[in-house]
Order: sequence, then structure tokens, then C-alpha cells
Amino acid sequence: MPTKLIINCETGEQTEVELTAEEIAQREADAKAYEADKKAKDAELAAQAKVKADVLKRLGLTQDEAKALLS
Amino acid sequence: MANTYTLIASSTVGSGGASEIVFSSIANTYTDLKLVYSTRGSQAGFHTQGIRLTVNGTTSGYTTRTAGSDGLDPVSVTNPYGVTSASISTFGTNADSTANTFGNNEIYIPNYAGSNAKSISTDSVTENDAAAIYRTQMYLGAVLQTNTAAITSIRIAPETGEGNFVQYSTAYLYGISNS
Repeated sequence: MPTKLIINCETGEQTEVELTAEEIAQREADAKAYEADKKAKDAELAAQAKVKADVLKRLGLTQDEAKALLS
Repeated sequence: MANTYTLIASSTVGSGGASEIVFSSIANTYTDLKLVYSTRGSQAGFHTQGIRLTVNGTTSGYTTRTAGSDGLDPVSVTNPYGVTSASISTFGTNADSTANTFGNNEIYIPNYAGSNAKSISTDSVTENDAAAIYRTQMYLGAVLQTNTAAITSIRIAPETGEGNFVQYSTAYLYGISNS
């Protein structure tokens, strides 16, 4: 069972408690949100990379040559 | 000289690890808050990992801008992964990095007890004793939290919702007074 550390700033007391069902559900929601966003952003990056690669191909340039031109 | 910088509380993760660290019952007696933490995540397959910052248990109303370097190229990110459920504020060293290295982070929250939206700045660096790219990263970030209530609790947790902060991860919360 996942646990969390709670530090009570009034008393200084530190306690380790198991996550509640609601907190576990939030953690699972976080994991799902992470995965969904990551997939979407990875797809976006891959699409951008493909566009760049296609343009370079049409121009007859390598990536290193393009970098040198833009530096 | 006025005592303007006060350690409110601190925590060190024990041998079992912890999936999150929460500072609760924060008094409104200071002007600003500063959270300093050194963490390492346990999830395999990651050299670095974002860390979710949640204030007052609020899971909406965050906007995040982050800029820095992923170890190879400049990086600028708006609302990184999963931002709808909480803010991604900083980055920590993770399981696939060199053993016993930790990411170092600072979060500064000015006027945390005020009744306006909260602006939060972050500064983070991951640590990895290896030359490989993408493994040592640094970021500066800004977070807007639209909730107008005074901040009374701060939670940090791995962004992926998996894994723990490992033993010897530490967090220190300071109160900063302007007089």
C-alpha cells in the first residue's frame, strides 16, 4: 500500500500514513493523465520531426548541414 | 536583525520510501514560503522525472511554464504532462540515474497567505554522474495557481503517479518574513 509522509507544521510531528482510496484514485488518475499527455505530445513531436526531415530531404541537406546553416 | 528566514519543518524519507510528501497546517504568519527538496524517484525506466506540486489539495487551476535544458538542447514547455490534475513544477533524479544521486529543487511562493491568485517560481536540477545526454537537466519554471485562498498545505509527488521518493529524500519548508 502506498504511503505518504505528512509533516504537521504546527506541531512538527511527522507521520507516515497509507493513502486513502480517494488518494489512490487520484494517483491513478495522475498516471493516466501522464500517459495520455505523453502519448499526445510524443505524437506531436514525431509529426514535427517528420515535417523537418521531409523539408531537409527536399532541400538535399543533412541535419548537421541544416544546423550549421542556422547556427 | 530581524529573524526573516525560519525553518518551519523538515522531513527525511525513511527506508520504506514515500509516494508523496505533504506539509500541512502551514500558518499564515510569514510573508513568503520556500520549499527546498532533494529527491530521487524509484520508478524504473526514467533518469529524470517531473514532480507534481499541489497546494491546498487543489487539483485544478494550474498553469505551468518551464524553460531549461534537457542536457542537449534548450527546452521550453507549457503545461507538461498531466497538468490538468496538478502542476508539474520541478524535476527529480530517478531510478535509472547513477546510484545515490538526487535532484535538487527550490520552490518559492510569495504572498502565500494573500487573497489573490498565487504565482510560484521553481528552480530545479537533476543529477547524474554520466556523460550521456538527457540525463542531467536544469529548469526554471513559473506556476500560476488561480485559487485565492491562503496556502495551508503543500504536496509533492512523482508526476507519473507511480513509484516513490526513495529513502534519504529530504524536504525543508522555510517561512520568509519581510521584517
